[in-house]
Amino acid sequence: MSNTTKLVSANLKKRYAKERRFKFYGIFSITLSLTFLLFLLFDIVSKCLPVFTQSYVELDIDFAPKYLNLEEKSSYSKEELFNANYQKLINNSLYKLFPEVKARKQKRILRKFVSSGAQYKLRDLVIDNPKIIGDTKSIWLLTDDDIDSFIKGLIDENAPESERRVKDFQINWIKSLQAKDKIDSKLNINFLTNSDSREPEQAGILGALKGSFYTMLITLLLSFPIGVGAAIYLEEFAPKNYWIDIIEVNINNLAAVPSIVFGILGLAIYINFFGIPRSAPIAGGLVLSLMTLPVIIISTRVAIKSVPPSIREAALGLGASKMQVITHHVIPLAMPGILTGSIIGMAQALGESAPLLMIGMVAFVADVPQSFFDPATVLPVQIFIWADSPERAFIALTSAAIVVLLVFLFLMNLSAIILRKKFENKQ
Amino acid sequence: MKDIKQNLTQELDQTSGNPLLEENIKISCRKVNVYYHKNVQSIFNVSFDIAKNQIMAMIGPSGCGKSTLLRCFNRMNDMIEECVVDGDIKLDGENIHSKNIDPVILRASVGMVFQKPNPFPKSIYDNVAYGPKLHGLVRNSSELDDIVEESLTKAGLWKETKDCLSKAGTSLSGGQQQRLCIARTIAIKPEVILMDEPTSALDPIATATIEELMYELKSSYTIAVVTHSMQQAARISDRTAYFHLGRLVEVNDTNTVFTNPVHELTENYITGRFG
Amino acid sequence: MNNLDLTIILCISVLAAFLLAQRRAKLWHTSSTTNIHSLPSYYGYLTAIWTLMPALTIFIIWSIFELNAISGIIVSKIQELQILDKESLELTLNKIYNIANSDFYNLNDSSSINNQAANLFIEYKNNSLILKCISVISIAILSFLVVYFFITPNTKARNKVEKLITYLLLSCALIAILTTIGIIVSVLFESLEFFSQISIFEFLFSTNWSPQIAIREGQTGNSGAFGAVPLFWGTVFISFIAMLVAAPLGLISAIYLAKYATPKFRSIAKPLLEILAGIPTVVYGFFAALTIGPAIRDFCVFLKELGISLDIEIIANITISTESALAVGLVMGTMIVPFILSISDDVISTVPNSIVDGSIAMGATKSETVWRVIIPAALPGIVGGFLLAISRAIGETMIVLMAAGVAANLTANPLDTVTTITTQIVVLLTGDQEFDNVKTLAAFALGLSLFVTTLIINVIALYIVRKYREQYE
Repeated sequence: MSNTTKLVSANLKKRYAKERRFKFYGIFSITLSLTFLLFLLFDIVSKCLPVFTQSYVELDIDFAPKYLNLEEKSSYSKEELFNANYQKLINNSLYKLFPEVKARKQKRILRKFVSSGAQYKLRDLVIDNPKIIGDTKSIWLLTDDDIDSFIKGLIDENAPESERRVKDFQINWIKSLQAKDKIDSKLNINFLTNSDSREPEQAGILGALKGSFYTMLITLLLSFPIGVGAAIYLEEFAPKNYWIDIIEVNINNLAAVPSIVFGILGLAIYINFFGIPRSAPIAGGLVLSLMTLPVIIISTRVAIKSVPPSIREAALGLGASKMQVITHHVIPLAMPGILTGSIIGMAQALGESAPLLMIGMVAFVADVPQSFFDPATVLPVQIFIWADSPERAFIALTSAAIVVLLVFLFLMNLSAIILRKKFENKQ
Repeated sequence: MKDIKQNLTQELDQTSGNPLLEENIKISCRKVNVYYHKNVQSIFNVSFDIAKNQIMAMIGPSGCGKSTLLRCFNRMNDMIEECVVDGDIKLDGENIHSKNIDPVILRASVGMVFQKPNPFPKSIYDNVAYGPKLHGLVRNSSELDDIVEESLTKAGLWKETKDCLSKAGTSLSGGQQQRLCIARTIAIKPEVILMDEPTSALDPIATATIEELMYELKSSYTIAVVTHSMQQAARISDRTAYFHLGRLVEVNDTNTVFTNPVHELTENYITGRFG
Repeated sequence: MNNLDLTIILCISVLAAFLLAQRRAKLWHTSSTTNIHSLPSYYGYLTAIWTLMPALTIFIIWSIFELNAISGIIVSKIQELQILDKESLELTLNKIYNIANSDFYNLNDSSSINNQAANLFIEYKNNSLILKCISVISIAILSFLVVYFFITPNTKARNKVEKLITYLLLSCALIAILTTIGIIVSVLFESLEFFSQISIFEFLFSTNWSPQIAIREGQTGNSGAFGAVPLFWGTVFISFIAMLVAAPLGLISAIYLAKYATPKFRSIAKPLLEILAGIPTVVYGFFAALTIGPAIRDFCVFLKELGISLDIEIIANITISTESALAVGLVMGTMIVPFILSISDDVISTVPNSIVDGSIAMGATKSETVWRVIIPAALPGIVGGFLLAISRAIGETMIVLMAAGVAANLTANPLDTVTTITTQIVVLLTGDQEFDNVKTLAAFALGLSLFVTTLIINVIALYIVRKYREQYE
């Protein structure tokens, strides 16, 4: 055994211990990050589960004209029916159900047992079928969000009454109704068919989805052609000079500028200077396209760079002009890479919310936007708005909206990955 | 082609030429096979010995597995996931794949110089000091200074670099970089130095310097060198092994191999008919 | 006739221009003895481009300024509108647009000013539309005729088309510059306005931040204090905690994946970790605010009570908040992990394998090679990556907005709440207030400082990374 070998073996154990320790740190870090991811997903999915169902209460509604604030006559005009008082029908039915409730304050709380949107359901029912007036019918109506939360077990019955949003007497109402089988939970369609609402039980994501759709459409239409064009110019035509260097540094820097700064730009330039309507998808799309632009430019340049020069040379050798080489050979070959980068950029834009807060897309919008110029909100901002709302039931809505957003993002990224795989296989 | 393969299998057993004395053997390999991806075999049943304080040249057309075999001697092939080495390789009579031998210790005593000079992106001093510091071979900085000076002197680089030891190793010329890599290797006082085409990336003058250096080093180290150039093998080596398509064709004293090759393939290669 | 119809008409005329010019070029090609310079289709493209461009420009400019111009006319015609101040005028105008655009209102009833204005608005809008259509279409036709008669068989149509396209592509690239200029313009002027009211020294060095300006008399804090130091500190503090989490986790994970993991493990773990980067920040914000924040608070309250019961005096005075800097930093750090991971992975794989082999052949273990050779060699790249990550943390908005507080505390206690530049920008700009209020202006000054800080960090980081790459190329 030589001298070196002796010296090396002397502290080998320590060195291997270090090696093992380091390897453990590596596995530990990865596990930690993945655990966090799993925990986050699990937390959100478990919080969104209550959204799938909603509690309904069966009420015997007496459609007497006097309760509707209508005169007794054989037929009513549509306008009369539209303006009739339907809340009163519900109130009467509730008073009948709980005749023991006398105090004004309690009566007021009792009226809120049913969702404030339930009257519109009755209105639609009567307008569709006016013959119903004068009859008594039992109808399932949506409960208020607090009642709904209690029925779903989200509110702890054993907590002290003062800390509970549902008081003891309300619990007694619920229990007596449950005993009579008058409470049932049904699938929640409102979440997918409604727009935002102040009442959690009536709130849905349709408006936000449509807003996101319009905003993304603008973003795509603007950022894709401009981004690809800019990349082609920089990669194929740009002379190597000082100005082009500045443009390049600029683009790389823009990719790292905080998103909120783009929001400030949108507010100051688009809205205050050009007078583009606030809160509208067009403003949102314009802001997001500026943010997506660098992503598309950078990925398109990488894709163009990866086209082998031999193909260019072959085409040039056949007498094609530079523009023809680009349109006939370079772009088609680079297309999968360009598309992959664009999808990833669009996915980023879809999840972006900070700059949109700046241009007023955080406003409460109860109507589903019908065009690029209507006030709208987008899915991530809707999540932000709901997350900020104090009602307990909004937590489930927020989580559900997050799940919807994540599903969209997942699908987009998945298609990008598939595209890339396909492209790699071809090569 | 079929013919050649048949010939090879027949000739394989009698290649050892003038057999070495047992006590002179530094490295011996017996029936070494190397596989990549389980089914792709790149070394077939190779057996030969490397003598102490000699230069062993391994020659053959490119892709014949010389480098792969060389990397077996200090278990560098362990780093490649799919590579499987099978057969006996013994260093001083001890199997290097046995459990008592640790790859770290093995590599400390079997150094390696690569085809492309690969100094670390550190200063010249730190490049040479890397090994001794790593293995804890020195107790204080003056000992380290001594080792650095000694190794650089041995590598013939001291005169050129003693005034600029803090300069980056990568700032040296190609030949100097390669000598720095040799200095780095001998700083940990190995017994064997493996050289994988050490001059193929260098110009003729740098090559000559390295060759001289190798000649000087062989008094204290056993050297195995893979080379592309037959002239180099003829100039510097004591014994030569000729490989063809992963098989050992012939091994003997360099003189014999070059003047009186036993095998037709060797003769063809040496006379420049292929390769 | 509306904008969509006009667009369609424009498209059809451009197509017609293309076909006409192309047909003529084909005729030249077949009938005459002279050779035409380019393929017939290029004559078509050239004509089409020149037909479209002037008309499109008019179309766009008209559409942009149409609304403002009509509003201006309406205001000048109706005197009741002139006496309104800026804000209520805007509101009234909005109302007028709504009335004009909906079928719900009875416009024949011209008793109210708004209805009058709406009627006027509709009238002018229709007139404007007709004028617009006429001018756009006539300009298209005119430019077509001019181009059509200027083009001869000798016109170098292909070269001209390609030149035009090159300019078009160049203008695409210039949008990047325009964006930066737009950012600078939008934050700079309002910031200058702000600094004319509040001294820049107060903003940069004073430690009192309370931008609440009294709307009513006698409210507290009616002067408003704009010392941004607590915001700068909050931003730095949270970013520091985030980096404390992200830097080691990201770097070590990257090293493990690059040098230790089997290819199979790598191909599973890496995409999974990248999911973390794909999750929108608003989701992290929600998670931090609702799960991590309360969990950390509960845990720390538990520790505090334990400490108090053990008579450890210092602990008793520690503030513990749900909106703690620690919770925000932890979540933000995890968000940044994949970012650092991918940059480190890139940088590590740039280190040539030959150096790694050299180290292994000297008898170094993998971890020794990593720490003594790979990391020192990759250091500039890693530092650049870390800087980019810091710039991200500084500019991150949603997590801090949802999970950090708005109280401007100057504290080093990670369990206390702090506020950041980005949070304050959102808070100041999303309320209902006048645009040239000092409070709003302050947001722009904060935006300026945010932009300048991240710009400096980004430029340095990008420079370092670029130099690093060049070294091994």
